[in-house]
Amino acid sequence: MKILVCISNVPDTTTKVKFTEGDSKLDTNGIQWVINPWDELSLTRALELKDDGNTGVKSVSVAHVGLSSSEPTIRKALAIGADDAIRVNADSSDAYFVAAQLAEVVRKEQFDLILCGIESSDYNGSSVGGMLAEFLGIPSISAVSNLKIENGQVVITREVDGGKEVVTTPTPLVAVVQKGIAKEPRIAAMRGIMTARTKPIKLYEPVPVEIMTEYVKYELPKPRAACKFVDAENPKQLIELLQTETKLI
Amino acid sequence: MSVLVYTENWDGKFKKLSFELVSYATRVAEMLNTSCIALSIGNVDDAELKKLGSYGAQKILSVNSDNLKVFDTQNYTEAIAQVAKNNDAKVVVISNNNVGKAVAPRLSVKLKAALAAGVNGLPLSTNPFTVRKRAFSGGAIAHVVLKTDVKIVTLPQNSVDVTETPVNAEVEKISISLPEPKTVVKDVQKQAGKLLLTDAEIVVSGGRGMKSPDNWGPLVELAELLGGATACSRPVSDEGWRPSEEHTGQTGKIIAPNLYIAVGISGATQHIAGVSGSKYIVAINNDKSAPIFEVAQYGIVGDAQKVLPKLVEAVREIKGK
Ligand SMILES: Cc1cc2nc3c(=O)[nH]c(=O)nc-3n(C[C@H](O)[C@H](O)[C@H](O)COP(=O)(O)OP(=O)(O)OC[C@H]3O[C@@H](n4cnc5c(N)ncnc54)[C@H](O)[C@@H]3O)c2cc1C
Ligand SMILES: Nc1ncnc2c1ncn2[C@@H]1O[C@H](COP(=O)(O)O)[C@@H](O)[C@H]1O
Repeated sequence: MKILVCISNVPDTTTKVKFTEGDSKLDTNGIQWVINPWDELSLTRALELKDDGNTGVKSVSVAHVGLSSSEPTIRKALAIGADDAIRVNADSSDAYFVAAQLAEVVRKEQFDLILCGIESSDYNGSSVGGMLAEFLGIPSISAVSNLKIENGQVVITREVDGGKEVVTTPTPLVAVVQKGIAKEPRIAAMRGIMTARTKPIKLYEPVPVEIMTEYVKYELPKPRAACKFVDAENPKQLIELLQTETKLI
Repeated sequence: MSVLVYTENWDGKFKKLSFELVSYATRVAEMLNTSCIALSIGNVDDAELKKLGSYGAQKILSVNSDNLKVFDTQNYTEAIAQVAKNNDAKVVVISNNNVGKAVAPRLSVKLKAALAAGVNGLPLSTNPFTVRKRAFSGGAIAHVVLKTDVKIVTLPQNSVDVTETPVNAEVEKISISLPEPKTVVKDVQKQAGKLLLTDAEIVVSGGRGMKSPDNWGPLVELAELLGGATACSRPVSDEGWRPSEEHTGQTGKIIAPNLYIAVGISGATQHIAGVSGSKYIVAINNDKSAPIFEVAQYGIVGDAQKVLPKLVEAVREIKGK
């Protein structure tokens, strides 16, 4: 079984974002770029499955659609343990475009299990995984919180309202992962960092695809009204305020 | 031409979320000078289906098929796509919950329709079709232009008002031929009857400042008295102090209750990313400089173990319990 982990390159999750050019562009000054947290966890789970030895996982690759500026993120994925990487050399602002590129990669390289995150922490698109599956005409399972391989079959736990379901589908398939898929992201060890330098990054040129969305402007969330403090000795006053001012109690 | 809204049901019943979606789709239809059509999948009786008319749906289509019993993303996508095509839908409205996140992107490819997930309010304009959406995990709001003829928007729960605009809706049963689902369900583990965190209007949430899993009694009691649900920060669920379904934040559940009471939670950006849509935030924390107070409208600087029992007492008094 060949696993592909799709990784997106996002600002570190503690970044306080700012915008330039009349609030139409992200100000990338000083931003620390990281692997999207979900993708880091997907990669961790994929490597656990490969390390297990009984799962039949032969290789774990990563794919990224982005310009050369995101190579450090790809190298990091290689340092964590991915066997090889593919980069599609294109700007990645539109999910439909990105998914179409990844579909080309999967068609050429023939992966059995493709992992995507439930959302990128930057544009919160929640799009690429499902789109990729539809481009390929293969099943997708979303809200995946656990993934095992038993007798060559992918066994998935997904979240549903009020609980969980254990499901299977034939491969190839796209699993769109969320909380639970792995506990802590695996960290690159010194040896991994050294070997990452020599691991291959295959370069694909993009196929032409229509751009469907355009981000034209950004707003920062409105600051909330200043906090009203209630004396700790008299919490009852808080309940009274909630009753009279918010009318929710 | 029409605006199509997919209204999910839970064991044959709609809930507030379904009515929010129809209310919203009706407003969008007005902006486009067209009508709102609701699609229901599964076994829902006529009386329940008719309810969608109270919020403006002029036509209610109901599809029921054995091949839609299991939530299979391919079959659901196919069903919604066929209905969208047959009714010349220009905008498709879906929830941004687990089901919507699974289906909307597939539908986008199938209909060649631009998708905006987690949309905030009505479109700013219909030509070009521009919506505001969540970006940077709550750190910003983006204005996105959807450039295709057909558009898909997904809406977070609790983000729009339910508005009654009763119309005499016609209910129509339609049939769609679909293949056997490829998804096979082996096991289901569901807790029935519990208020879902994502449905709760009031949420009381605890963080590491609660100090120990044994201290949760008064917090749970407060939530129960207020008719709300309980939540927690990530370290609390990681430690196993509370079940993982309660984990709220960027990597947990994203919720938007009317009232979010954060107890012993510092207010890290990743936590706030999951609760910033709340109408009111209340913080209880013994550190006056905790960042949670920057996003809270009401606060108490104090020890959670001392404050919580007093809050419980005050609510009991008010509610006469
Ligand atoms: C990629 C990534 C994703 C993450 N995703 C999430 C997420 O989804 N959700 C999430 O919650 N976190 C998430 N985190 C973790 C986040 O950064 C914080 O570490 C976490 O939210 C802190 O939890 P806390 O507020 O419960 O604990 P702490 O930060 O330890 O805060 C405890 C608070 O309790 C107060 N306190 C202490 N004693 C008392 C007392 N007796 N009475 C009252 N108050 C008291 C303290 O003043 C402090 O403010 C993520 C981190 C990363 C890197
Ligand atoms: N540029 C990209 N290259 C590769 N994978 C991506 C890219 N953007 C998004 N993804 C994948 O799609 C998931 C969801 O992203 P999004 O649809 O952008 O919210 C991410 O967690 C990645 O797995």
